[in-house]
Amino acid sequence: MKSWKLLAASALGVALMAGNASASTLDTIKERGKLLCGSNGKTAGFSAPDANGKMAGFDVDFCRAISAAVFNDPDKVEYVPLTSKQRLTALQSGEIDVLSRTTTMTMSRDAGMGLSFAATTIYDGQGFMVAKKLGVTSAKELDGAAVCTRTGTNTELNMADFFNKNKMDYKPVVFEDRSEERAAFFSGRCDVMTADLTGLAGVRANAPGNPDDYAILPEVISKEPLSIAVRSDDAEWFSLVRWVTYALINAEEMGITAANVEKMKMSQDPAIQRLLGVNGNLGEKIGLSNDWAVRAIGAVGNYSEIFERNIGTNSPLKIERGINALWSDGGILYAAPVR
Amino acid sequence: MAIINSQPLPSRPAPVNNSGLIFWLRSNFFSSPLNTVLTAVCLYGLWQVLPGLVDWFFLSATWAIYGPEGNASEITNQTVAACKEAGGACWSLISVKHRFMLFGFYPQDEQWRPMVTCFLLVGMMMASGIRRFWHPVFLLVWLATLVVSFVLMAGGLFGLTEVPTSKWGGLPLTLGMAVLSVAFSLPFGILLALGRRSEMNFIRTLCICYIELIRAVPLISILFMASFLLPLFMPEDLTINKLLRAQIGIILFASAYMAEVIRGGLQAIPKGQYEAADAMGLTYWQATRKIILPQALKISIPPIVSTIIGTFKDSSLVVIIGLFDVLNTVRIAFSADPPWTPFYMESYFVGAAVFFIFCFGMSHYSQWLEKQLDTGHKA
Amino acid sequence: MINNSLAGGHAGRSTGRFWHDPAVRSLLIQASAFLIIAATAYYLVSNLVINLNARNIPIGLNFLSERAGFDIGDTAIAYTANDTYGRALIVGVLNTLKVSLIAIALATVIGVIVGIARLSQNFLVKNITRIYVEYMRNVPLLLQLFFWYALLTKALPGARDALNPAAGVFLSNRGLFLPTLETNTDFYYLMAGLFVGLAAAVFWAVRTKGIQKNSGRQLPVLLPVLGLLGIGGLLGWLLGPQNIVVDMPALKGFNFKGGIEITTEFLCLLLGLVTYTSAFIAENVRSGILSVNKGQHEAASSLGLSPARSQRLIILPQALRVIIPPTTSQYMNVIKNSSLGVAIGYPDLVSVAGTSLNQTGQAVECISLIMLVYLFTSLSTSLFMNWYNARVALAER
Repeated sequence: MKSWKLLAASALGVALMAGNASASTLDTIKERGKLLCGSNGKTAGFSAPDANGKMAGFDVDFCRAISAAVFNDPDKVEYVPLTSKQRLTALQSGEIDVLSRTTTMTMSRDAGMGLSFAATTIYDGQGFMVAKKLGVTSAKELDGAAVCTRTGTNTELNMADFFNKNKMDYKPVVFEDRSEERAAFFSGRCDVMTADLTGLAGVRANAPGNPDDYAILPEVISKEPLSIAVRSDDAEWFSLVRWVTYALINAEEMGITAANVEKMKMSQDPAIQRLLGVNGNLGEKIGLSNDWAVRAIGAVGNYSEIFERNIGTNSPLKIERGINALWSDGGILYAAPVR
Repeated sequence: MAIINSQPLPSRPAPVNNSGLIFWLRSNFFSSPLNTVLTAVCLYGLWQVLPGLVDWFFLSATWAIYGPEGNASEITNQTVAACKEAGGACWSLISVKHRFMLFGFYPQDEQWRPMVTCFLLVGMMMASGIRRFWHPVFLLVWLATLVVSFVLMAGGLFGLTEVPTSKWGGLPLTLGMAVLSVAFSLPFGILLALGRRSEMNFIRTLCICYIELIRAVPLISILFMASFLLPLFMPEDLTINKLLRAQIGIILFASAYMAEVIRGGLQAIPKGQYEAADAMGLTYWQATRKIILPQALKISIPPIVSTIIGTFKDSSLVVIIGLFDVLNTVRIAFSADPPWTPFYMESYFVGAAVFFIFCFGMSHYSQWLEKQLDTGHKA
Repeated sequence: MINNSLAGGHAGRSTGRFWHDPAVRSLLIQASAFLIIAATAYYLVSNLVINLNARNIPIGLNFLSERAGFDIGDTAIAYTANDTYGRALIVGVLNTLKVSLIAIALATVIGVIVGIARLSQNFLVKNITRIYVEYMRNVPLLLQLFFWYALLTKALPGARDALNPAAGVFLSNRGLFLPTLETNTDFYYLMAGLFVGLAAAVFWAVRTKGIQKNSGRQLPVLLPVLGLLGIGGLLGWLLGPQNIVVDMPALKGFNFKGGIEITTEFLCLLLGLVTYTSAFIAENVRSGILSVNKGQHEAASSLGLSPARSQRLIILPQALRVIIPPTTSQYMNVIKNSSLGVAIGYPDLVSVAGTSLNQTGQAVECISLIMLVYLFTSLSTSLFMNWYNARVALAER
């Protein structure tokens, strides 16, 4: 009856498919004309639309840096919003080129799933947030509490381990997405919300009423090196993503910013010259031209600029640099040298 | 012995007035003791609920937007304060957020495109209800509408900016998914229903297995499958858009239900029709197309429409795999913006109203159509 | 069945070419269909194998016996994070069944009442139930669930200010807490007594039915049944150590301890499923009653049966035959729709399997398990309802 319509509509369907076979990830991206970046899309500070509907945030800036390094244009990125459950499969299946979505590097993810973590962008850890009016000052006092968390993350496992180790009883309430979880926590359905500290800071910044009514407890119960992931089938693409990230960290160390990057090309420091491609041909080794780092830094600034702009103490999230300060400033942020 | 009544029988009382307000009141409210009690209970319940509801909904409600133009955060603060002071429904939420509710994350400057798409789709849906248009050419018009809608939404042609599907959302997404689901699941369902009644054992078994398997599992598991498993079953260099995957899932799901509904129609056709078609020397497809399907589809119209309504409602499940249909956009409208979080009722009311209007409209249209098509022959 | 010329029996009409022979053609069509299906299946599976190998994901159900490591908020059987994935999935299945069965029972009761009320002569009753049915049927369940969840968590007070409508009953946004009996020796005596009482009551009910069939004599049923149950319970209590302890929920620390806990998520899912499904069942009941011939009403009235009795003894039994088949599919819908609990944090099968999927990467296995469980429950529901339907249908002459 409507079979011809079926045909026509399936032609439409084919138009939606982005299928093309080619050898390297970089070539595919260049051919496509844009980078497919897996992001959260709903977490303010990390990746969320700004007032103009443009994606912005800490996670987003790394994709923008990669896009700038590849295309000389930070905006040639399509952000694919993913839930935490979907993100690894999306990367595995080639739906995205790079996953920059507050994803923890773990051995099972790195070794068993065909994924590789190219670089750690922030050292995070799982913590607890409570309403101050409960009068709780330590996570060890949480016996019997109802705990809100989200499915599809390590947090469920860490939470179980923490409560079992401390011989405490608790009631997990597990949600599929953060907006229900947040609503449940703020309505008092749960006493505690557990997530990565950065995530908690974001939720607290958006508390209905006063963010200062909520406190993040001192205990950090896990190591969460949030990292950028790529598929492990393309070593060249892995290197590109890793070194673009390292370039941004090195830029902070060398005092290169978005504003002064052009001027810094004149610098006599050989390390700066190598990074900015004035000397040597390091860019070509990752399939780009030698001024790749100039483009990346020029587009998004160095690591410190990215951090402060999106999640730093002057942003709504108010996250301290803490252990994420440079190694030379007492933190653990340490990027391998560009040489 | 004869009994002779010498007295005239007493006259019977005049019949109770069976028209007018009194009669209506009596027969509708007080016809029996039970009814009187029920009336009292209902009236008491309404008395308890209605005044508060009317007050919340209309009297104490806030409709306006307050605050200086262009200053989003100030507008939010002042409007929310006004809403809280009035104490009723905060319809200002709709005034402030209607664009997001309707079009999701679609770029602000380009939102005329999804709007036109919505008008096109709704217009075509309404036009499809007019029997005068039931003509093969109309299918071409539908096809053209779909192509135009797609180009409008996606852009990249005729100077329209390209908008990736990850930014599509709101009403056009819900409507588009519903229309495409029907467009594919109906023909697919017909084939499945014919297959299930085929005499070819293999085909029949295949169709039965498909239909029963799909009908036995929840849509959410099919969507999970489309979302997580489909990529694993595809060659590595082929990726299918997330939206399209969800759409495929819904179509696969709806087809099985369509097939069962159409099978009901096929079964209702008297055997004589098949035999007559055979006697005329028609081939299988001729008989199916000219004799069987027109009658079967006519009988199946009411359940087909219920299936369409079900599909329309079910499409809201894409929320769980993170797509932004109307349900998700109305939810995000209040939940992602802290000052607005107290006004969840208003947001969900908008979502419910959108779904209600479409579903209620379709179900009443189908009841009307059923009467129109009733030729008096009972199959 | 559909067209004999295609499917067989007329080989003699062949005009010479072998594909004009319907039997051969049918075979050819089926063979090509089989080939297409087999090729597609082979293609998909070989892709799967390649993809899984490339990603180092092992195939198989071994993960079921590994330690799950996550906790579940609402468990019908004992479960801790140290149990296996297999047990976690069973907890999920039980949660799905728990909410579905209770929802089915409640939705049936409410659906029948609303369905009869829809046909009431009373204007108010008729129209209030009509609005209810129209609203429930035309708004997606997921939206209703989100709404109920927002309402329950935001409108109900916190645990420290819980509503306390009766002694030991607490309602807060943590859920509903009810008192229960401590499972000591006496509890088992009581249960045993109740069980004996129940057996006697069943015997009485069967017996009276037999007597009525043979002699037409109607003996009371309701009071004796309740009496027997009461006597059984009392006897059990008297024989035991007479040490019944009521386990009262009480606020300790963050939450209530003791008693039975019914979580907000469960309440919300139950509320959503019951209101939604009851509207559909009401429509089935209504059309079932309407399908009963008017003469049956009139015959019942002329026999002098009261409206309630004619409804119960004459109309409903006949209407049941029309009501049961569509209601069967509503029951299956309840089980399937309970999977939406995942959106509001109810740990049903889909939720637990989703967590397992995420932690093990065993996507194919986890989703297949979900589907198998639903397939099994749906098929057994439909088998049971078919059996019941056949029993009801037998009453027909």
